[in-house]
Amino acid sequence: MPTDRELARKSILYRRRLLQCIHRAGAGHTGGSLSCVDILNVLYNRILRVSPETASSPDRDRYVQSKGHSAEALFVVLADRGFFPEAELETLCRYRARLAGHPTRDVPGVEQNTGALGHGLPIAAGMAIAGKLDSAAYRVFALLGDGELAEGSNWEAAMAAAHYRLDNLTAIIDCNTLQITGRTREVMNSEPLEAKWAAFGWAVRRVPGHDLAALTAALARPLEPGKPGIVIADTIKGRGVAFMEDNARWHHGVPSDDELARALAGLDDALAELERSAA
Amino acid sequence: MSAPSPALHSEAALRVAARLGLRPARANLDEFAAALLALAQANRNVLAVTSDSRGSGKLGPFGQALPCQIVEVGIAEQNLVGIAAGLASAGKTVFAVSPACFLTARAFEQVKNDVAYSGNPVVLVGISAGVSYGALGATHHSLHDFAALRAVNNLVIAAPADNFEAREAVRAAAAARRPVYLRFGKAPLYDLPGADGFAFGRARLLRAGRDAAFIATGETVIHALLAAAHLRETAGIDCRVLSLPTIKPLDAAAVLAAARECRAVLTVEEHMVHGGLGEACAALIAQSGAAPRFHIAGIPDEHIVNGSQADIFRHYGLTMEGLSATMLELLGRN
Repeated sequence: MPTDRELARKSILYRRRLLQCIHRAGAGHTGGSLSCVDILNVLYNRILRVSPETASSPDRDRYVQSKGHSAEALFVVLADRGFFPEAELETLCRYRARLAGHPTRDVPGVEQNTGALGHGLPIAAGMAIAGKLDSAAYRVFALLGDGELAEGSNWEAAMAAAHYRLDNLTAIIDCNTLQITGRTREVMNSEPLEAKWAAFGWAVRRVPGHDLAALTAALARPLEPGKPGIVIADTIKGRGVAFMEDNARWHHGVPSDDELARALAGLDDALAELERSAA
Repeated sequence: MSAPSPALHSEAALRVAARLGLRPARANLDEFAAALLALAQANRNVLAVTSDSRGSGKLGPFGQALPCQIVEVGIAEQNLVGIAAGLASAGKTVFAVSPACFLTARAFEQVKNDVAYSGNPVVLVGISAGVSYGALGATHHSLHDFAALRAVNNLVIAAPADNFEAREAVRAAAAARRPVYLRFGKAPLYDLPGADGFAFGRARLLRAGRDAAFIATGETVIHALLAAAHLRETAGIDCRVLSLPTIKPLDAAAVLAAARECRAVLTVEEHMVHGGLGEACAALIAQSGAAPRFHIAGIPDEHIVNGSQADIFRHYGLTMEGLSATMLELLGRN
């Protein structure tokens, strides 16, 4: 298993790559992709039992990215894991490219087409019910945004997952507190999240969402037998790029040439700092 | 086998049915439930998913016989379709059963994205469709489902007319490994004549004729067939009757043959006149260059009259008498 430092390095490289992709494509959801990089990093490098070779194995773990807007982050991680050639990232959002602005099953490694919000948790619950019916060992993960929780379908699925005691299901909230219009608590307050999910019958854990060790500990195994688990990951929208952090303008802002250069320079500094601290 | 509701038919229509030797049959919904139970008993990967609708979906016996193969989601249609998509993606053969009005409107985005766009082979089963819940009012009518779902790619849309079509449609849907919408009403029906053999996208010729053609789907087919017999008896007109158990894919060859060989084509459906079978046929015929006299019989764009399914069919001329009159008018024989 990669060390925390190795993963931290990957997170920086993922952020560099996704910014370059969005800049080249001229489209993308920059802020929300940056906020979920560490979660995806931990999932794909430490937790999920998936690989390009076993992509259609019935026993594989399943990951559903309900917050499909952050496709760029997922694509960068999938390319790094060898699901498709790294060079294909250059084709993001191009005419007839497999890599569209939201995940589709055309892309190796993507389990479900997403993009419209509030869809991932019901699908993941269905996968988890199938796992229970088959006494299969696989786990199912879904990544949700905190703004996305205003969609009522999430709460229909939350009720059903607890009803069916789906402890093979873990949902993660990329809780960056911002959505396109502004603060989630001002647009439609989804807090208090722990109390809500607990009341729905879920096992709840709240973690710092950029802490790789804390994420790993929360995701390594089901939180509680007989209950679906929710990991509320407190994150920062635009994480890793100082001028993008915690700013709703970067929800789907695309960096200019100059902004990209500044962002990459900042990430390079972070990489240098990480390597200095390792020396 | 229960007798068909006399309220569905006039005495005259019942007499025509008797002369044609038509045999009363049970509701398609009962046939669906029996066919699904048989499939599921033979294959434990066949599941029914229901939204507090196992009673209205006739799934009580299924739930009793195979409690591990029925998934109840409660009154939550979006979740119904999402969970069904997840189950299907994990290899299950899933029949998601819910009143058609809610399944196709409330969960439309899940049908579009989670099922059709994602290619998850869910069989969406819309029960009590059309005006089966006639007296309950427009919230419970499903007169938009063909229109809404025809606009979704990668989805078969089927509305069986009799128990044969219902049974075969269930089997075909389970085997298709692609998204399918099955639409069922709840009235007792008749077994219809016609060549056996069923495939999605294939029309069923119930009656030959070259003067005019009825092209119908679902629970209106019996009325078109009776109208054809009535027109032969009373006016010497030979009408072809096509049952279209699938309106998507449409049997283009059968529809165009009717349009080219007959002077008039009357389409019949338990749906708004917008966006359903009639408009699908109209577009096909117009683009082919054929130009028969053409009319779409269905529910007009208005505040829909209240009453039973039979009342509503009578009101809008979807009965033997009404369809006969419309056809005569179309042929200039009124």
